Amino acid sequence: MNAHGAGEPLVRLQDVTFAYGAEPVLQDVTLAVRPGAFTGVVGPSGSGKTTLLRLLLGTVRPSRGQVTRAAGTAVSYVPQLETVNWNFPVTAAECVLMARPQGRLAPWASRAERAEVAGVLERLGIGGLGRRHIRELSGGQQQRMFIARALLRQPRMLLLDEPTSGVDVRTRHELLELLAELNRDGLAIMLTTHDLNGIAARLPHLVALHTRVVATGAPAEVITPEVLTRTFDARMEVYQHDGLPVVIDRYRPLRPSSVERAS
Amino acid sequence: MSGLLAPYQYEFFVKGLLVATLAGGLCGLVGVYITLRGMSYIGHGLSHAIFGGFAAASVISFNYFLGAGIWGLASALAINRVTRKRAIGADAAIGVITTASFALGVALLTKFGNRGPSFDAALFGSILGVGDSDVLVIAGVTLVAVAVVLLRYRALLFSTFDPEVADVSGVRVARVDALLMLVLSLAILATLTVIGVTLVAATLVIPAVVARMLTNSFSRMLWLSTTIGTACGFVGMNASYHLDVPSGTTIVLTGAVLFGAVLAVTGGGRLRRTAGLDDHAAPPAGATPMPARSQAR
Repeated sequence: MNAHGAGEPLVRLQDVTFAYGAEPVLQDVTLAVRPGAFTGVVGPSGSGKTTLLRLLLGTVRPSRGQVTRAAGTAVSYVPQLETVNWNFPVTAAECVLMARPQGRLAPWASRAERAEVAGVLERLGIGGLGRRHIRELSGGQQQRMFIARALLRQPRMLLLDEPTSGVDVRTRHELLELLAELNRDGLAIMLTTHDLNGIAARLPHLVALHTRVVATGAPAEVITPEVLTRTFDARMEVYQHDGLPVVIDRYRPLRPSSVERAS
Repeated sequence: MSGLLAPYQYEFFVKGLLVATLAGGLCGLVGVYITLRGMSYIGHGLSHAIFGGFAAASVISFNYFLGAGIWGLASALAINRVTRKRAIGADAAIGVITTASFALGVALLTKFGNRGPSFDAALFGSILGVGDSDVLVIAGVTLVAVAVVLLRYRALLFSTFDPEVADVSGVRVARVDALLMLVLSLAILATLTVIGVTLVAATLVIPAVVARMLTNSFSRMLWLSTTIGTACGFVGMNASYHLDVPSGTTIVLTGAVLFGAVLAVTGGGRLRRTAGLDDHAAPPAGATPMPARSQAR
């Protein structure tokens, strides 16, 4: 298996363009997610990262181009923590069990379902927290809870939108370890991130996105001054440390701002 | 004691009490979903919209329940569609649709007169007009609501908590939303006679908010809210007779007193739980079932 997976693609985007209005959010995007892939999508805000995930999920349809999925490919999705209503009256176990919406007709969980939920929470290191209200979990535990919910569907592909947004360094490391372990078990993973040093540089495969795919490949091929400049419209310096690229943000706008132009 | 039981000798009161108690429980049950979805205003608006249907049905001598029901359901679906599309602000759209419908109702009744329940009764509720058909209707709607909640429990919960992920996970969110709107319309329609157009929204919201202050569990909130609504309907209806004021007002005031009592006992910290009831994480624009309109990327 290579860095971006192997075998027939689970999902393939072919020359896909997508627009919410007149202006395309994504343009002529071609990429494939293969079994065992572990890919990070980097790009500035508004570059189309979340839209790319939605296209892979099938919740939006492309304006042009084709999205094809391998038959029987279950895809799970972990949303950004910022989008969650943490005041919603639901415990961690209730939240995980939501992944079985087509389960039995009775509203309460069966003994087998309860055991299954307990098992997946245990596997993710938050066993025993099932009865806690979701707000009473730490940021890392909340993220693990949503991954547990995603795993309960036994997906072949897991998509995560900014999974490390707003979590501390230790939690970020633990989360990355957890995802790597799931990936080693055969789960294809694609996540979006703004964190070039903490996350992107540590992933086996990256996609740099700015409406179009700017570059794909290993971090050493994508995290380069040239690619980052084209992706983020800003100058960044890249150094090597312990075999990993390290990005230093020397943000200097490439174009004069409108205020400067006006003056 | 005999004074308290005095109204029970009247058949109209017993029927009214039955309808009010069922109405309280029904609104308490449905209200959980309405408040958690941040749709409290839709409940308020929908009751006003249904008044337009009530007036139109009255003017053309059409069946009251059927006319107002069709009108209400159409309004509910229109509101739901507008809320999802967000072509304009949802609150503004609801304001336009429902108040226009209410205004039309007032205009029709003023111009052509009323051939059904009285204007005041429709606005504030009354037990005087409660008949056998009202009892049957509210019992039927309650059964339907309970069946929907039990049989679609997980889909309703998932699409209320996280509609975007629910959609990805195989829940037909648009259908679930439409089903909930149908149940809400039926609930408002069935409870309108005793609670009234202007007050029905409170019976949807107050029991759910009180229940939320008492628990962190969704399943417990469901039965707590239903129980609180039922109790408010029962106590409020008795109070209505003894105080000689419209039933809707006493049912709502009973709920408000209970809210104050729970707030006093549990403290402001519990109130904060309810502060986020409107923070429903609607699917970002562009995600199914919301059409891709905004520039969220």
